[in-house]
Amino acid sequence: MSLSDRHIPDRLTSPLQRLFRSWEALLVVVAVAIFITNSLASPYFLNAWNLSDATFNFTEKAMIAFAMALLIISGEIDLSVASIIALASTAMGYAVQLGAGTPEIVVIGLLTGLICGAFNGALVTGLNLPSIVVTIGTMSLFRGISYIVLGDQAYTGYPSDFAWFGQGYVFWVISFEFTLFLALGAIYTVVLHKTNFGRAVYAIGNNPTAALFSGIRVARVKFILFLLTGLMSGIAAVCLTSRLGSTRPSIAFGWELEVVTMVVLGGVNILGGSGTIPGVILAAFVMGLVTFGFGLLNVPGIVMSIFIGLLLIGVIALPRIWSRIAARRA
Amino acid sequence: MSVMKKILSTVAVTATFFAGAAQAEDMRIALVVKALGIGFFEAAAKGAEEAAAELGDVEIIYTGPTDTTAEGQIEVINALIAQQVDAIAISANDTDALVPALKKAMDRGITVISWDSGVAPEGRELQLNPSSSPLIGNMIIKLAADNLPDGGDVAVLSATTTSTNQNVWIEEMNKVAGNYPGINVVATVYGDDLADKSYREAEGLMQTYPDLKAIIAPTSVGIVAAAQAVTDAGKIGEVNVTGLGLPSEMAGHVESGASKSFAIWNPIDLGYSATMLAYNLAKGNAEAAPGAEIPMGRMGTLTLDENTEGAMADPFVYDASNIEEFKSIF
Repeated sequence: MSLSDRHIPDRLTSPLQRLFRSWEALLVVVAVAIFITNSLASPYFLNAWNLSDATFNFTEKAMIAFAMALLIISGEIDLSVASIIALASTAMGYAVQLGAGTPEIVVIGLLTGLICGAFNGALVTGLNLPSIVVTIGTMSLFRGISYIVLGDQAYTGYPSDFAWFGQGYVFWVISFEFTLFLALGAIYTVVLHKTNFGRAVYAIGNNPTAALFSGIRVARVKFILFLLTGLMSGIAAVCLTSRLGSTRPSIAFGWELEVVTMVVLGGVNILGGSGTIPGVILAAFVMGLVTFGFGLLNVPGIVMSIFIGLLLIGVIALPRIWSRIAARRA
Repeated sequence: MSVMKKILSTVAVTATFFAGAAQAEDMRIALVVKALGIGFFEAAAKGAEEAAAELGDVEIIYTGPTDTTAEGQIEVINALIAQQVDAIAISANDTDALVPALKKAMDRGITVISWDSGVAPEGRELQLNPSSSPLIGNMIIKLAADNLPDGGDVAVLSATTTSTNQNVWIEEMNKVAGNYPGINVVATVYGDDLADKSYREAEGLMQTYPDLKAIIAPTSVGIVAAAQAVTDAGKIGEVNVTGLGLPSEMAGHVESGASKSFAIWNPIDLGYSATMLAYNLAKGNAEAAPGAEIPMGRMGTLTLDENTEGAMADPFVYDASNIEEFKSIF
């Protein structure tokens, strides 16, 4: 047998086979199952306006989850995102008191997010501190500032055209927030899966030292990721503040864990190195559909939390169990 | 799906056949609370069920988020809008942030009222307060006077000198003091809502005024501390402690006799009244406008002021006859 006859396959499994076995396929199955269950369980589920209302349960969190996915893939995490929302919202409310108009309010919200992200990024990359510790600290810091500024008060009186970001519709039942969610989802898919920057993110997550020696500017990439997470939190702050029409220091309390849950449910490895944006988009839909479906049946919130917890454990454990069974058979 | 529909419609037809036509026309009233699993609100739900049983054609949906957040309540409200409930009666986690969501509910023809913790006027049709300052002011001195047929010296143990609520109540109390001849209010002291300071102030009162017959503490911290001070001084039976307190904290002192009676709102009556009001507004029996009088079953009528707020009733009196029942509730 000559050397040229030897056949070495490019892949061990066909692309189609891989697609069917992928995490995303599993999430699609789960999402469809939940959709069908909900349609059968409640006569109010299959209604365009109701489904449109339901999207507000996850759009803001999902926007942050996109940037968080990149950050977690690179091996870092940002637990201060919900507090950045609080601080950005407080800054916007303060600007309103000074007479700012809608464009200024939005710019201030986004800028506050960027500054907070830069602060996190500088501490993590500049001083080489672990991001989980830094962002647990800034989580208290950012929200603490909001509490100092506002106390038990609230900022209201946002201009009426500002309400469009959180309450407006682009076309029929398609809300601005949902449109923005889809657009950002597309942008992040391209950035992570089709650009050099995206490849660098994976490389850093798999082996930061190797990435550094391959010529990737690790610190700079990580800093940009923190900036992006801050910016996304700023965008979420604009949407949420607009939807609520007011600011309180407790705004978006506890969202950081829901965002991380969404990312992990989306198939991103919490230890870094792997994950996809389509997975996160699907996870957002799954969480939104579960919350809304249970809400329609007036299931107590705690049961919902338990279900999301079990779903998370189940979706993570299933592939492991699957691969063990497969390994035993082989 | 069609099989499912057939089964469902068969069940529905059978149910209607047996139960009469009224069954299908039930009015659905949602009682939305700050968070599930709080004794006070569970008791309110009991009151709502009582009202529903009395009205006959009402179904109560008792619901709320897992934690006391505005965002959680908005998700609940969206689910209720989707179910096209007839009325929402809410105890709000945020005065302002719920307004856009509740406005949307009202736009879609749902009756919205707030109770206990209110919503800004543009987000509800009326606000049901458990009581009012004049009623509270009158009740606290009445409780002292009821146990002093021959009159005597009484003193007030308040919270801080700047506590708005307590100051208003004491002011209202002094206005009606003339209606209780023989009762002399000899002093007002401040325990700053701290257990130890309140205890020392109560001790001081008993030393300064040896003929003291009652201590009125319109604060849940002060009333417990005063009762303890009376017990420790061996003056049970000589000095009666009364005011505003929580049944769970006061049960021991009522049993020992240090406090013959005290007052606070009754959550069962509150849930009952909220349901009655929501029913009457949703049925079109009454309209929420300043000056309107809206019937609320066994609780009489609610008179609305210029902010479309109304006070339910006198604070409810707790004594040896009912403390056992309520101490486990709140």
